[in-house]
Amino acid sequence: MTIDMAQFHQVFFDESFEGLDIMESGLLDMDAGNADLEQINAIFRAAHSIKGGSGTFGFTNISDFTHVMETLLDEMRDGRRQVSADAINVLLRSVDVLREMLTAASEDGELNEAHVREQQAELERVLNEGAQAGASSAEETAAPPETRQPTGWHIVFRPHAHMMRTGNDPVRILRELSSLGELEVEADLSDLPSLDEIEPEDCYLSWDLRLTGDVSRDQLDDVFAWVEDDCDLAIMPMLPEQPAAAPDPAPAVEAGATEPVAPQVKAVPAPEERRNGVDRRGEGDRRKGDRRKSATASQGSSSIRVDISKIDALINMVGELVITQSMLSLLGEDFDMSRVERLQEGLSQLERHTREMQESVMQIRMLPISFTFSRFPRLVHDLSTKMGKKIELKMTGETTEVDKTVIEKIGDPLVHLVRNSLDHGIELPADRIAAGKPETGTVELNASHRGGNIIIEIKDDGKGLNPDVLLNKAIERGLVPADANLTDQQIYELIFMAGFSTAEQVSDVSGRGVGMDVVRRNINELGGSIEIWSELGKGSSFTIRLPLTLAILDGQTVSVGEETYIVPLVSIIESIQIQADMINLVAGKGETFKLRDEYLPIVRLHQVLGIEGAKATELTEGLLVVVEGEGRRCGLFVDDLLGQQQVVIKSLEANYRKVDGISGATILGDGSVALILDVPGLIRLAGRGGARDEREMRLSA
Amino acid sequence: MASILAVDDSASMLQMVAFTLKGAGYDVVEASDGLQALEVARKQSVNLVITDVNMPRMDGITLIKELRALPAYKFTPLLMLTTESSPEKKQQGKAAGATGWIVKPFNPDQLLNTVKKVLG
Amino acid sequence: MAEANAKIMTNPQEEECLDEFGAQYLTFSLADEEYGVDILRVQEIRGWETVTRVPNAPSYVKGVLNLRGSIVPIFDLRERFNLARQAYTKDTVVVVLRVTAAGGMRIMGVVVDAVSDVLNASDDGITSTPDFGGSVATEFISGLVSAGGKMIMLLDVDRLLSQDEGIDQGERDHEDQ
Repeated sequence: MTIDMAQFHQVFFDESFEGLDIMESGLLDMDAGNADLEQINAIFRAAHSIKGGSGTFGFTNISDFTHVMETLLDEMRDGRRQVSADAINVLLRSVDVLREMLTAASEDGELNEAHVREQQAELERVLNEGAQAGASSAEETAAPPETRQPTGWHIVFRPHAHMMRTGNDPVRILRELSSLGELEVEADLSDLPSLDEIEPEDCYLSWDLRLTGDVSRDQLDDVFAWVEDDCDLAIMPMLPEQPAAAPDPAPAVEAGATEPVAPQVKAVPAPEERRNGVDRRGEGDRRKGDRRKSATASQGSSSIRVDISKIDALINMVGELVITQSMLSLLGEDFDMSRVERLQEGLSQLERHTREMQESVMQIRMLPISFTFSRFPRLVHDLSTKMGKKIELKMTGETTEVDKTVIEKIGDPLVHLVRNSLDHGIELPADRIAAGKPETGTVELNASHRGGNIIIEIKDDGKGLNPDVLLNKAIERGLVPADANLTDQQIYELIFMAGFSTAEQVSDVSGRGVGMDVVRRNINELGGSIEIWSELGKGSSFTIRLPLTLAILDGQTVSVGEETYIVPLVSIIESIQIQADMINLVAGKGETFKLRDEYLPIVRLHQVLGIEGAKATELTEGLLVVVEGEGRRCGLFVDDLLGQQQVVIKSLEANYRKVDGISGATILGDGSVALILDVPGLIRLAGRGGARDEREMRLSA
Repeated sequence: MASILAVDDSASMLQMVAFTLKGAGYDVVEASDGLQALEVARKQSVNLVITDVNMPRMDGITLIKELRALPAYKFTPLLMLTTESSPEKKQQGKAAGATGWIVKPFNPDQLLNTVKKVLG
Repeated sequence: MAEANAKIMTNPQEEECLDEFGAQYLTFSLADEEYGVDILRVQEIRGWETVTRVPNAPSYVKGVLNLRGSIVPIFDLRERFNLARQAYTKDTVVVVLRVTAAGGMRIMGVVVDAVSDVLNASDDGITSTPDFGGSVATEFISGLVSAGGKMIMLLDVDRLLSQDEGIDQGERDHEDQ
């Protein structure tokens, strides 16, 4: 029977990665002294499952590695070993290595094998410290020395009375033996009681067996492996030189033989393992092929684990939809105007069901943000140890559901922000005490739904941002003129400018050459925004606002000439009809308008996007949509506002390419395509004096 | 055809075991922990139980002990899936009433051979 | 002239087709010249309809169209080949092509004057492209074939896209596929 084991690989990887998360969070709890026995059991079980699965599915390096972890965990679980901080740290690092190994196996990627060996050696070091030496070596030396090949075996097999109550049947064993070679059976009925004393569930027979043929000791051990403790057993080789029949195999031999046999039977694991080893090698090539196949199959089609209740909701919805559809088609078969009311009713039902179904389908893409948050306890633990700081991480709202793509893309920005808080925010314990604060700093990570958005907040009670220092640095870097007169809030915004964080402040922790400008850009690419708040000496917080889903957007349709564009509602502050006295022409900076106390630049959409036939060319003829992106505001000049609607976001890049100032496209009710504006991109485009200039700049660069 | 109850908390192992056995024509009932398996075993009788040892809620050894105590399972073969590293698990399992074990890692052929052997 | 060296070709995929089945080409006219594209690359032929303009695109990119939920760019081949522009009429057609780019398969539409015929290339000979001083850059032409006394230029549709300096050759989103 050939079974393609590759078909189980994806499930194995999924559950193994989940197991790693369980191990990691459990180990962190153990580190904090919070773990109870059930949690340690859960960690052990996760390691155990990974080991079992990886062995079965052919990832022997993973099962070998996990084996050492499992042994260590098993001893901790049984209380045979003290749980030391060292052991936990080694186990945590091993979880990382295991994750690398699983990732490499699932993506058919490269694995740093030296790294694995190093970590395995580290595990073995911990394992050997304080372990009773000898236990394992004794087992190994017990392997029987292989001598002359016997012509057969003389076996005395005396089942204990209860054997059948273990589900084992002596007849099965005899049957198996007879399948190995020629079997002579002599039954010993001497223990059979009289009929009225007989217990039908007990076994009274014993056998004297002679098995001839090319049968190895290992094969016999296999046959008796399950019953070795449920019988008296003697197995003696029949060697070529000797006469086939041993003179008297009765009680004396049996008693003598059981003793040397016992340790040999204990050695069953060794030959078994050897045999499996051969199997593994034999199948190695095939497996490699299988794995590659499954890897290519999984590329591009990333999978998602969906709560079954979400699928059920969807199925219900489809059921409703089908009913409505059949009702409508019945109506259509024989329609007259008297039934127009029925039709309208049906159509509104259809609309409601379609909308509900859309929501349910969107729900499938939603995952709890704990998928992202779960890495932070570890990160904070490792970094605070490294930095000599005392930091408590508080997380709330881990069950908040966000789009799968957000989960995938928000990780790096969040890591950067949390690292920043640990590195630049929270002070050293001594400094905190000196400042009259508790010795342990707090970093909070909160997620919540607010309005149609997801809010993620990263907050610390550290030293806060110092506006003077930031401003001086920005002036030094030439990012703002020396005489700039900025509010504190405007100064905080400077940290998001490209070129603000430089080598000087790149540390081991928050360095890595990624600046806050990249963080903001990543968040903008998800259609979100980030805001900053800080108070000197008290702490800082970053608030990330993200759309609920990336597949659908609430948009404002606007018209310019013959064209229709979508402005994401989330970036619109307000829309105004502009009065002549609001307009200002600033030399070198173009048109601005005064909104309350602020002067904002005007971006003429028809100019920046090169649209011909705009109806409104005088500012007072059209409308200004006041938008904000990347902390900058401006007024988008359009002909008219058309309406608000939810639009399904389509990619322009799938068949074409990225277009400056455009984030995607959508299909309107009439089937035509409308482009969705990328507000931050447009502001950048306008700031550089339109696309044409920009292209020239790019060419000359 | 004989019916087999397969018990494992690892979805991939359970899938593999069930797939292999179904492919050989057995009726397979699946359970993901001991407690669930016990419920199933009480409702319908099966010809063979194959259970993982380490599972949440109820482990395989307790399951075997509980099953063996049920009159319907007095002689039913109960096999555990166990690893080389745990000879003491085999002993515990035997003490609880297990018929035998299948050593992890195993491949589908090994599993089928063992099952055929036990079911005759 | 073509019979003698019928198998000198540049596109391995076409060669394969020719070897086994003989390749078929959809031919169309463009400013009094005849062109052909591998019929296996043609997804559909549509009449011209209004498209949504894409900002700051080269003039030969007429815009994008909704093709059963996918956003598909439409290129004007006359403009792409620097031929004289012509107003679109009711005969103007859009040939929707499947092209392969670095990131995978893409769909694009090309505007041509009119569709002419389907040509079986195993009956006719294909020659490699001579370095002729014509108006069309030879880089887009994979071979020449003569049929009914007319010279037909076979287009390498993949180059049509890859030679477009603006097209994003990197990773792309598959959500519309």
